Amino acid sequence: MVRVAVVRFPGSNCDWDAYHAVANAGAEARFVWHRDTDLQQADVVLLPGGFSYGDYLRSGAIARFSPVMQAVQRHAAAGGAVLGICNGFQILCEAQLLPGALVKNDRLTFVSRPVWVRVERTDTFCTSAYARNTEMRIPVAHGDGCYVADADTLRMLEAEGRVVLRYTRGENPNGSVADIAGVSNAAGTVVGFMPHPERYADPLTGSDVGAGFFTSIAEWLPGRAARSTP
Amino acid sequence: MTYRVHIRVVPRAGLLDPQGQAVEHALGVLGFSGAGDVRIGRAIELAIDAPSAEAAEASARQMCEKLLANPVTEDFSLAVEG
Repeated sequence: MVRVAVVRFPGSNCDWDAYHAVANAGAEARFVWHRDTDLQQADVVLLPGGFSYGDYLRSGAIARFSPVMQAVQRHAAAGGAVLGICNGFQILCEAQLLPGALVKNDRLTFVSRPVWVRVERTDTFCTSAYARNTEMRIPVAHGDGCYVADADTLRMLEAEGRVVLRYTRGENPNGSVADIAGVSNAAGTVVGFMPHPERYADPLTGSDVGAGFFTSIAEWLPGRAARSTP
Repeated sequence: MTYRVHIRVVPRAGLLDPQGQAVEHALGVLGFSGAGDVRIGRAIELAIDAPSAEAAEASARQMCEKLLANPVTEDFSLAVEG
């Protein structure tokens, strides 16, 4: 069974949602505290949404230096899978495990509503259950979700097919460049995005269109490339 | 010796600064028609124990590069006092 470590920082608030989504998909979920340095042999590390350390300085900037992130860095460097959702995406960018940065929404307001996104990269550990270019409506909830990166980085991301999730036309809720909602590292082993599929992973909360991210994880075979879908 | 360090962090030129734009608009509404290119960042002050002003500056620069500014989106400047 795939083992998933859900990391809790002071201020994480989507940790239980992520835990349930992972467990309901058939993987084994465990919580890991931000002071821990032992990931308990996790195959996948999940950094959940929230407001770690109160978003002080910049979203994700302080969490990046917590003890657990040293272990996450080692896990990622060894090819281990890491998924960051919302605040987790911000932390991965601050930790330079993913390129670019997330800055204040262009409208200056916190946005909390479902938006349409398209899954553009499906050969990763967390998106393999979806057909390429699947479109779905899943919630976003963030104040600092505007993705920015320099022109060279953007060209590289597009050329290498590393945009995992993109807001569909007219749906961009925050001013992100090129409508980017989520990106991956080159290998597809580190993925981060702003939308919250864990909130739409159970019909109980209105929709389960996001459950595929977690069934992808549960069915993933660590140490092998994710199965690709047409 | 203790040095007081003043650090300014501002959004990188060319990067969209919606706060700066909103404030620029508000200034125009108030009649300050000459104000433009408003950038909003943050000021950080701290005290550093260092053998010299140069050493204090070098230390503060490292702090900016590692934590206080995000190299992707922000530029920083610093001044050492005392």
